[in-house]
Amino acid sequence: MMMNDMASLGDTQTQAPDRHIGDVILDLQGISLSFGGVKALTNISFDVREHEIRSIIGPNGAGKSSMLNVINGVYRPQEGEITFHGKVRKDMDPHRAATQGIARTFQNIALFKGMSVLDNIMTGRNLKMKCNLFEHALYWGRAQKEEIEHRKKVEEVIDFLEIQSIRKTPVGRLPYGLQKRVELGRALAAEPTLLLLDEPMAGMNVEEKQDMCRFILDVNDQFGTTIVLIEHDMGVVMDISDRVVVLDYGKKIGDGVPDEVKNNPEVIAAYLGTSH
Amino acid sequence: MSDRNGQAAHAAALDTFPRLLMHHAAVRPKRPAMREKAYGIWQTYNWAEVAQNVRAIACGLAELGFKRGDRLAIIGDNRPRLYWSVAACQCLGGIPVMLYQDAVAQEMIYVLHDAEIKFAVVEDQEQVDKMLEIAAEAPLLAHVIYDDPRGMRHYSQPLLMGLDALQEMGRIHDGNHTDFLNAEIDKGATDDISVMLYTSGTTGKPKGVCQTHAAFIAAATGGAGFDKLTDQEDILSYLPMAWVGDHLFSFAQAMLTGFTINCPESGETVMTDLREIGPTYYFAPPRVFENLLTQVMIRMEDASAIKRKAFQHFMDVARRCGADILDGKPVSAGDRLQYWLGNLLVYGPLKNVLGMSRIRVAYTAGAAIGPDLFRFYRSIGVNLKQLYGQTETCAYVCLQPDGEIKLDSVGKPAPFVEVKLADNGEILVKGPMLLKAYYKRPDASAESINADGYFMTGDAGFFDEDGHLKIIDRAKDVGKLTDGSMFAPNYIENKLKFFQYIKEVVTFGNGRECVTAFINIDLEAVGNWAERKGMAYSGYTDLAAQSAVYDLIRDCVEKVNADLAIDPKMSGSQIKRFLILHKELDADDGELTRTRKVRRNFVAERYAVLIEALFEGRKTQRIETVVKYEDGREGRITADLRIEEAKTFTPQAGKQAA
Repeated sequence: MMMNDMASLGDTQTQAPDRHIGDVILDLQGISLSFGGVKALTNISFDVREHEIRSIIGPNGAGKSSMLNVINGVYRPQEGEITFHGKVRKDMDPHRAATQGIARTFQNIALFKGMSVLDNIMTGRNLKMKCNLFEHALYWGRAQKEEIEHRKKVEEVIDFLEIQSIRKTPVGRLPYGLQKRVELGRALAAEPTLLLLDEPMAGMNVEEKQDMCRFILDVNDQFGTTIVLIEHDMGVVMDISDRVVVLDYGKKIGDGVPDEVKNNPEVIAAYLGTSH
Repeated sequence: MSDRNGQAAHAAALDTFPRLLMHHAAVRPKRPAMREKAYGIWQTYNWAEVAQNVRAIACGLAELGFKRGDRLAIIGDNRPRLYWSVAACQCLGGIPVMLYQDAVAQEMIYVLHDAEIKFAVVEDQEQVDKMLEIAAEAPLLAHVIYDDPRGMRHYSQPLLMGLDALQEMGRIHDGNHTDFLNAEIDKGATDDISVMLYTSGTTGKPKGVCQTHAAFIAAATGGAGFDKLTDQEDILSYLPMAWVGDHLFSFAQAMLTGFTINCPESGETVMTDLREIGPTYYFAPPRVFENLLTQVMIRMEDASAIKRKAFQHFMDVARRCGADILDGKPVSAGDRLQYWLGNLLVYGPLKNVLGMSRIRVAYTAGAAIGPDLFRFYRSIGVNLKQLYGQTETCAYVCLQPDGEIKLDSVGKPAPFVEVKLADNGEILVKGPMLLKAYYKRPDASAESINADGYFMTGDAGFFDEDGHLKIIDRAKDVGKLTDGSMFAPNYIENKLKFFQYIKEVVTFGNGRECVTAFINIDLEAVGNWAERKGMAYSGYTDLAAQSAVYDLIRDCVEKVNADLAIDPKMSGSQIKRFLILHKELDADDGELTRTRKVRRNFVAERYAVLIEALFEGRKTQRIETVVKYEDGREGRITADLRIEEAKTFTPQAGKQAA
């Protein structure tokens, strides 16, 4: 029975074993990025280990989003070396980053407002689709089979994020917190090994934040996905992160487990807003 | 029924639910027994598959040491695997005990203790967490089996086990001892207890009601014959499994007739699932019908002018003749034509949106249904009827026969049931569907069944001239004002609750000189009303305190007063003063039962200050209340509540006002 097949797909035993922090999968060394005369990032080095939740924090304009954009290939740093899965990266663009298993969500929601939740998440499967445009247009032969397989995966994501009741609702009609969840869903549909989340909780109320935290932890826990996260809410960051890197004015001022970072005087200064 | 003869031949043997299950697996193995929406697709299990799964669960439980007579707690939403667990437990001669899935852990302890639960089958991580929270206080609890493995990876407690693993164990056991389960099923007798359902605890601690196979089979047989149910029916199972109605409709009747039960995807998707399934047989408490109607009305208000006009016109037609057409009464040809057109343009599409296109029989019970509401559904051609019953009678006492529908009665005594009235108006019933006993409560059993074998329902009512039973109130709630006139709180409260703006009402008056009321506004309806009027509000407490809302509610109260004034017996109990509560009455705070009935005494105790203020005629009263949030934390709400007077009518004036 179909049901049983699907149950075994979601079966815990067949997936990654218990979450344990593994080896370094992404290593950034001496990254500098400037736009003309403006230095966005200056000589930043840090690494991300497999299965961990790594947060990037810092005041506004610290270079956090630039850092994410460097990781998934939107920006190419002028200096520095990026090693991903043991390979030194030559040049990179977002498309190739995605094929290598990097997915992301955006600070400003970037969904197709007029399309349903289901279709939006389906777009996350884009890279996994093998058939050509012509086959898809005719919905014929292997395209049909492929579509069914992708739909199955998308339904698993919908089930995981508990958004069954809005499956067919156009995204534009949903409240902000749910839109954020749908965006996470689209990223998950790509079955990423590295998930970049750019302020997933910005503008949410307490309850929505709690939900989002739970989903982020569940993603990390159940799929073993490595997560790099930008977030302003310190409570959230300190609660769910394994390690935190702190940026300020494009420079790294702290790096370590949440407790270390919390007690770092430079970090406190940056956050309490002493004069520069 | 397609195989009535076949059934008759087997009738002697089909006297327990496990035997019925095996019978269906043999005679209609390919018919769908259950559907569940999972991953966006309806997954079907036919009777043969259900029987196999039940076997596996039963054998797995036996392997774990489940013995005849043991109780099995079952906690969760309506999931096929939980229904299978009920059947599996019965196969082993055990007694399934369903708990309300939204109860907090501390509330579950009582039942776990009372029923001496050693085994529990629960739905998911949420329920597992509750079980673990109270495991220390329930030392007997030895095995907790969970259906959904999601999030359970890091749980290593020895008492936990996945249902998949249990079934696997059961299959091996079944393979090694092929005769074991059949022998267990053969040991079952029709007078064995088939299920234990806990009363909601409106009156004191919940009591475990022990029902036999014979009782539920009798109730199911009577109901199925009465409404000519066949194995072709489809029913949506979405009401709590712990509730007697769900056990009758989704379990007993399905097991008896072999029809299909459909489990929704989640609590939020019930509406969509209802539309997709299009049940032929449907049960819902009045508030569900009310919510549906409110949603329709809100959407109609946003529709274009032409659509609104058409809707209004055809709803007028339906109001005039729809119910008569449904009842097969004579209706003029012109009206018939109009109704036919209306069905094409309005009622048909509307029923389709509501998921009611295929409904042959729909029932409501649990609370009184508003006449407008009832008439609305009947007039668009939904055969909505009322029934009357309680946990102790398998929810089976009175049913409204097709074509003899009265708004304010609950119908005639159902087949096999004998109903009579005590001298004080209390309704007494007798029949095969009566409870065997309350679990471990011989005192309560003796109290509730009188010397002649009648069960004392505790409801007050009377028969009208056509032999239809009318319910007024709980017999013990019916009181007297100081001037001696009758005070039936539920009767008044129900009248008020029929207004869409009012969600809950508690009235007081027994032994007092007048009647007063606490009112909860309906946040959705009043909120919409406020939005249309451009009123700003921040939440329930703020909205409830606004004077415009008080005016709105006073209007409703005065309409009820005018209505009460017409009836000489009731005219004395018009509402003199009322207040709008600053918070919604909530089951988490113990103010409502899990079936959302008001716990009158508890509310009276908790808000004693307010009651005094009402009767003393103060203008305002300050109140501080502790509220419990869903996660168990506590908070406080303080508010100054206004108390307002409502106009009352003398009997004659009432006639004019009405």
